[in-house]
Amino acid sequence: MLPFIATVLLFVVWELVVLIFKIPAFNLPAPSNILRAMIEFAPQLAANSLRTLWTTLAGFFLAIVVGVVLGFMIGYSRVAYLTLYPLLVAFNTIPKAAIVPLLAIWFVANAIPAVVTAFLLAFFPIAVNVALGLDTVEPEMKDVLASLGASKVETFQKVGWPHTLPYIFASLKIAASFAFIGAVISESVASNAGLGYLIVQATSDFNVPLAFAALLILGLLGVVLYGFFIFIEKKVIYWAR
Amino acid sequence: MLPWRNTLNNVMLPLEIVPPYKHEFGQKKDQFIRMAQDLLSTVRLQDFQKQYPWQLSGGMRQRASLCRSLIHQPEILLLDEPFGALDAFTREEMWSMLQALWMRVKCVAILITHDLREAVFLSDRVFVMSPRPSTIIYEVKIDLPRPRTLEQEVSDEFNHYFSTIRSHIHHN
Repeated sequence: MLPFIATVLLFVVWELVVLIFKIPAFNLPAPSNILRAMIEFAPQLAANSLRTLWTTLAGFFLAIVVGVVLGFMIGYSRVAYLTLYPLLVAFNTIPKAAIVPLLAIWFVANAIPAVVTAFLLAFFPIAVNVALGLDTVEPEMKDVLASLGASKVETFQKVGWPHTLPYIFASLKIAASFAFIGAVISESVASNAGLGYLIVQATSDFNVPLAFAALLILGLLGVVLYGFFIFIEKKVIYWAR
Repeated sequence: MLPWRNTLNNVMLPLEIVPPYKHEFGQKKDQFIRMAQDLLSTVRLQDFQKQYPWQLSGGMRQRASLCRSLIHQPEILLLDEPFGALDAFTREEMWSMLQALWMRVKCVAILITHDLREAVFLSDRVFVMSPRPSTIIYEVKIDLPRPRTLEQEVSDEFNHYFSTIRSHIHHN
């Protein structure tokens, strides 16, 4: 309840500030103005939102697959840990926004750079958390399985994997947000569709209310995505509260 | 106990790993469930089968762990100071539980403990070990009838065993 009230209050204050100080729509559009833009440009907003959403999700799922595999390699193999981890850290420090123009050269300015950027931003937190999860399995639990004569695979199935799940889910929330950011950054630099692209187009047309409308929808999508993962988390890892 | 499994599934864990139970798990699942419930009711946890470890007290988890260690009918049970973390009253309760379980499953149980009363209460034979290098310096058969009760703890016989064993413990 409280978040809704706070948000409504924010919009009310915003509207009043614009009204009282007579701020031009050029600089800061009032929420009423933004709403009008949303209604007027609804089809474009919808189409571009969908585009951003699916590029985000595509990059995100790729990141899960690669992140989990990498995480297991780093978690289970000392050699992998020593060779891969420093490389990953170095790679992760490079601002992905700087890579996007390169991606545009390789893949042309369409959906692919967005998917790739989303993936690049999202896979590292997942890999790190999976490795951390594997590293922190309580020895006592492994001992129980060992005393029963369980194989390494069985131990992983019954202890390693369930133990790592909370760590994976913790990283999923963050990784989803990163994937989203990655997709939008890429779209604003080199794309032909998507909310990032729409914002750049709108500002170059001086249609500031439309740009703001796209921004607000971005924010909303981000919150919905985050909330979705919190919901799944509660269901799947019921024991880790 | 594995936190993502309820009490019943925790107790059944060995049946998923140890042959021949492992290979029969599919067909005999109901029978296995009954085995687990049987052991759980011996330690008075039958109403807590669907609960998760975080919903149980330390003593209850200990009792469930005992069931888990016996469900697959092992030949030998090794207990290394199993009740050290429990308070005195819970510990005495656990002796009775362990005895009840052991009398059902019948295996060779080797108990390591520093509690002499625990040793006398639970054991058929008590071995006293010396300080480093550890060797067995004394052995005594405990001839008290089973099932032993907590009331017997204050009997003369019990105390006699206790003091005899006590006299053989060397302190550095």
